[in-house]
Amino acid sequence: MAVENKQENKLSKPISRRILLGGAATAAVVLLKSSYGQVVQKAITHAELKIADPTKVLGPPPGALGTRSKFETPVKKASDISSRTPLQDLFGTITPSDLHYERHHAGVPVIDPHSYSLTIHGMVDKPLVFSLADLKRFPSVTRIFFVECSGNYRGGKAEMTPQEICGLTSQSEWTGVMLSTLFREVGVKSKASWFLAEGSDAAVMTRSVPVNKGWEDAMIAYAQNGEAIRPEQGYPARLLLPGWEGNTSVKWLRRIELSDQPFMTREETAKYTEGVKDGKIRQFSFVMDARSIITYPAYPQQLQKGWMEIRGIAWSGRGKIYKVEVSTNGGKTWQDARLQDPVLDKAHTAFRYLWEWKGGEAELLSRAIDETGYIQPTMKQLTDARGQDMGGYHLNPVTSWLVQRDGKVLFKSEK
Amino acid sequence: MNKLWIVFGSLIMWSCNNKPRHVIVSAEGKVVYTDSANWPASFGLGRPASSSDIAKMDLDVRPDGKGLPVGEGNAIAGKAIYLTKCVACHGTDTTSGDAKLLGPVLISTKPGKGKTIGNYWPYATTLFDYVRRAMPYNEPGSLTNEEVYQVTAFLLQANKIIGEQDVMNAKTLPKLVMPAQKRFIPDDRKGGPEVR
Repeated sequence: MAVENKQENKLSKPISRRILLGGAATAAVVLLKSSYGQVVQKAITHAELKIADPTKVLGPPPGALGTRSKFETPVKKASDISSRTPLQDLFGTITPSDLHYERHHAGVPVIDPHSYSLTIHGMVDKPLVFSLADLKRFPSVTRIFFVECSGNYRGGKAEMTPQEICGLTSQSEWTGVMLSTLFREVGVKSKASWFLAEGSDAAVMTRSVPVNKGWEDAMIAYAQNGEAIRPEQGYPARLLLPGWEGNTSVKWLRRIELSDQPFMTREETAKYTEGVKDGKIRQFSFVMDARSIITYPAYPQQLQKGWMEIRGIAWSGRGKIYKVEVSTNGGKTWQDARLQDPVLDKAHTAFRYLWEWKGGEAELLSRAIDETGYIQPTMKQLTDARGQDMGGYHLNPVTSWLVQRDGKVLFKSEK
Repeated sequence: MNKLWIVFGSLIMWSCNNKPRHVIVSAEGKVVYTDSANWPASFGLGRPASSSDIAKMDLDVRPDGKGLPVGEGNAIAGKAIYLTKCVACHGTDTTSGDAKLLGPVLISTKPGKGKTIGNYWPYATTLFDYVRRAMPYNEPGSLTNEEVYQVTAFLLQANKIIGEQDVMNAKTLPKLVMPAQKRFIPDDRKGGPEVR
């Protein structure tokens, strides 16, 4: 990042930007076993961090499992119902699996992969039960795309990080079998127009999905970033619907039922529906519209004068990002940001824009434009289109960062 | 109901770029795959799902009533269950809105008091389906079908959709028309320059 500190082996010197911002007393966070055997995090002070000259001390031998540097402590921010990816701490576009956001409706189930099965039935020629080993034997596919919760906007105060504003989006390289391959195996009847996906968590969560998405690009994934999917992400297998609201990508998938109508489950009626104008309620709003956010600079970073790279991510559930524009003057003028190749379909795309901060007030914005010609709207455009009762789903407004003369960066909250 | 869903379904399909490239539906309605021309007709993986395999997990209830089990109940019996197993998280008509509840407010016919069954839920069958699969939160799936009918009847009665004596069963529940149903419209966003 732009504010790099020269690393020195002196305890009195700042160690990294994050530690610097984390407060004077905390030098790092370490994992410890508590008296109950649970792994807990403990902050340790600079004085406790005895760092010798690494050229004079033999390091530890090769290990069975890698760990993060003890100087790097990115964490998810958890509430009762979700935990959010620290977008401001990440580089590139792949979310480390242990930092993938979580949203579940009745906790994370423990599922034995040997007793796991996926049943596909309903309007099919041959209802079948697949074991995990069966799923892994089918022709496989690997694809990078994002998963985003449709309720991914928070506002309300100036001191908010990208993680707090929209940390319910994450990106992985997923591997699995295409649902179309399984549809072919069971012989989905041509009159089937919807399917129900059911999880085996304590909510036995269900969503109805148009059968066409199953033919198009739905995947049953068993791997994430090169290893088995994490329990929080649906171990041992989950549905993934690229570009669609995360709730439809049912985790811990145990059953798919083909039908000629939607099932009207709680998650597609009482929840995941949004008020629009004239008292109407929009339903089955699956696709995540284009969005972007500047992740650097952002709250709580402290700017120093000079050149820096404005960085962020942009994504669209409708296809590829066509362009990202950046403004440093509150939207009076816009410039094209550089996109990092390869730009992938329905995927977080990194963008960069070189900027010299001379010490004055500035307002930093980014807006994503996708290949359908959709331009990421402002909050006002969203409110104008949907009315005051629009609720919190599918809010993808342009995010604005206010740079103050003292170098503080604050979120311009609009809702 | 079915007609409405044909319209909904076709709108959604239309918004999803029609059929994907590798799927063609022939004039006789047969699905043809083009991306798997060299694949065997079947990989022979998986085992046949028996009707008892399916019955064990086939919990879902559709708006037309398909999936509703035998049994019935009314609001009087349901109220007793609600006051024992549900009220701590969901409150009552008089307490909801006062304190911060652990679960969503369920009872209210007035708009603006949260998304309740009376002012927001479009189908009564959803109530049976959800209570049976996921509630009570701390003991999911612990209610008998009879108890689920009873709690469903109480929630409908408390939201002034049915009377205290009305019996809910596989025949009566799908016939109810919920007040909010007419407010639901399919997604009309479709990409492109227009913000919707």
